[in-house]
Amino acid sequence: MLDLPLIWAGLLSLAVFIYVALDGFDLGVGLLFPFLADDKERDTAMNTVAPVWDGNETWLILGGGGLFAAFPLAYAVVMPALYAPFIVMLLALVFRGVAFEYRWRDSAHTGIWDASFVFGSFIATFAQGIVLGAFVQGIDVQGRAYAGGWWDWLTPFTMMTGVALCFGYSLLGAGWLILKTEGDLRFRAYRLATFAAIATFFFVCVVSLWTPLLSPEIYDRWFSMPNLYFVAPVPLLTAIVAALIAWGIAKRADSLVYPATVALLGLCFVGLGVGLTPYIVPRAITIHEAAAPDSSLLFMLVGALVLLPLILAYTAYSYWIFRGKVQPGEGYH
Amino acid sequence: MLELFDAALLARIQFAFTVSFHIIFPAFSIGLASYLFVLEGLWLKTGDEVYLSLYKYWLKIFAIAFGMGVVSGLVMSYQFGTNWSVFSDKAGPVIGPLLAYEVLSAFFLEAGFLGIMLFGLSKVGKRLHFFATTMVAFGTLLSATWILSVNSWMQTPTGHGINELGQFVPHDWIEIIFNPSFPYRMLHMTLASYLTVSFVVGGVGAWHLLRNRTSAEARRMFSMAMWMATFVAPLQIFAGDLHGLNTLEHQPIKVAAMEGHWQRQTGAPFLLLAWPDSDREENRFELGIPYASALILTHEIDGETPGLTDVPEDERPPVGLVFWSFRIMLLVGGLMALVGLYSAWLRWRGTLYDVRWFQKASIWLAPSGFIAVLAGWIVTEVGRQPFTVYGLLRTADSLAPVDAPAVGASLLAFIVVYFALFGAGTYYILRLMGVAPDGEGPKPGVPVRAAGTTQIASLGLEQSTGGISNA
Repeated sequence: MLDLPLIWAGLLSLAVFIYVALDGFDLGVGLLFPFLADDKERDTAMNTVAPVWDGNETWLILGGGGLFAAFPLAYAVVMPALYAPFIVMLLALVFRGVAFEYRWRDSAHTGIWDASFVFGSFIATFAQGIVLGAFVQGIDVQGRAYAGGWWDWLTPFTMMTGVALCFGYSLLGAGWLILKTEGDLRFRAYRLATFAAIATFFFVCVVSLWTPLLSPEIYDRWFSMPNLYFVAPVPLLTAIVAALIAWGIAKRADSLVYPATVALLGLCFVGLGVGLTPYIVPRAITIHEAAAPDSSLLFMLVGALVLLPLILAYTAYSYWIFRGKVQPGEGYH
Repeated sequence: MLELFDAALLARIQFAFTVSFHIIFPAFSIGLASYLFVLEGLWLKTGDEVYLSLYKYWLKIFAIAFGMGVVSGLVMSYQFGTNWSVFSDKAGPVIGPLLAYEVLSAFFLEAGFLGIMLFGLSKVGKRLHFFATTMVAFGTLLSATWILSVNSWMQTPTGHGINELGQFVPHDWIEIIFNPSFPYRMLHMTLASYLTVSFVVGGVGAWHLLRNRTSAEARRMFSMAMWMATFVAPLQIFAGDLHGLNTLEHQPIKVAAMEGHWQRQTGAPFLLLAWPDSDREENRFELGIPYASALILTHEIDGETPGLTDVPEDERPPVGLVFWSFRIMLLVGGLMALVGLYSAWLRWRGTLYDVRWFQKASIWLAPSGFIAVLAGWIVTEVGRQPFTVYGLLRTADSLAPVDAPAVGASLLAFIVVYFALFGAGTYYILRLMGVAPDGEGPKPGVPVRAAGTTQIASLGLEQSTGGISNA
């Protein structure tokens, strides 16, 4: 028999990672919005993400819905535990989501909707970073329910992961703008990418060193023999990819910065996975304990195996249609 | 204990508030996507440019409504967990996969092709663009199918078992998906969505007809909307009747609440007005049509109908809210059917575009679909109380371990943010609707701001913004 819970843990991890890679760049564009020169640059930056942002956000719905479906117990524990960050993140996503259309509809108040876009992007990213940090540091569980307090998620570690994710998404956003724009805006995106890259590298190091200190289990996972041999490639590859990003920025390699940043975040993701398996709620509930019955998982797997390749295909097609540099003034508005 | 009750009540209010706001957008965008599909299809088939300009006109409105639907829907997919975690844990194995199918088969389809639909006409050519429109329209209907299946399973659960952990577990997916109330709810809601859009389109058409009787676009959309009202509104009454009979079979107490009947009786009257009093278990005042309820529900003049006192007090829904929402829905639905019939009469007489009071009435009735949809959902959802999974899992036992202050704070935040942001969105939609559809409005590819600087367009804007709300 197939290990269905494990397969679904893999599929959901993939969905969350695709979310980070895709919505990460459009949230990142929101974070960089205040640093663009004028309304013309902001219009162009907005138009690079307008045709694809709601597809990107759909991966987050899949993350939430998929967790609900495949691991209802984990969903039922994690959501109340991270009540405030999740609600704040959702509200912030509302603020930035409506801005895509509203800012074109009201010339007198473009500034308000730009602010809505920037703060929404910032708060949503920061909240996602907090969620990530709070998840890694552990959740207090008794029986089948969350047993901690309302502010358990608020720690120095989660504040740090919140800030870290802002820089990570900024680098994705800068990489995306480099890929999609020309002229002054592209030049500015390179300058922003330089700052974002330095900060991101710094925070990757901080997270890597801080996380093992959170729990002896994670520490052992990384630093005991023979584990060290198996996990050593992760930091090595991370260093190589970081060098690649730095090289891409220095050499003005337009099509390198964004994919290399995705690879960097992917390696961080793998690193987290190393520390967390086999748990779905770290050190409290394992993947198998939280899983829905096989009949549910199998029913969904059939659909996912047919639909996921289709989704990837037409998503890729949509990106292909809108490939290349976006010209100023392009858009349907 | 008191605090737990407060948290439960607040969580229910929060869910009711967020889902009520949310349903407005899909109810609109499901119907509008199908309308856009028809418009583009007719344009490709006939080459008539009027269809194309109507397509572009409604596409802008669709984009805003769809965006509001996405972000308010995202909230829903997480709120099951934040506020109703015990329900999520227990019902997750059954309804979770259906929601996952909704995301995988419908949401991605809509979002994936929406970009092409909005921005791609010049990039992919007519045929591929029509394909994108088709996929978006198909996606909205598919999404409705899955979510209505979930909702219907919570109303009429079948095809499941309960395991040692108290979780609902799937036994037969076909029975779960096609549970007894699903086909009726699906039909009723799809027609509701089409009618909602018909009346909005009809109202906008009427608004512009009153200003310019010769506008081909205004005439076309008014005419299309009134055809829909003529045929679909009576059909909806029939579908609603079928749905009601299905509810009588599976949720008789809900029907008793809808009818305001406290006692099981034969030859029951249909109450037009009543003041249900839960403490006294009777109506303080009632005005009804003798035998009508028995006749509608059992098709016999002395048929037997259920009463609320058939079950203990703690298994009854709040009666007044269900009773009154049901009457609002019936009243609005009846008005819509009257509009449809009267428009057919005018069309036959050849005066559809000339009767100004009828056009003014159509403007007033533009939001009628939304009112009927909300009232209908209140009937069916409040009528399901005090259960989340009907008869099996109580609402009080579904709640997350949340404190009242946390829920209260988030509820307040949702109220403020939703009214501000979706209020602004509604305002922008009304403004777009105020722009004349016959080429005076914004041209494709040109930012609205540029169009706003031309005098004609800005005149149109000013007229409309004050106008629609005062009309």
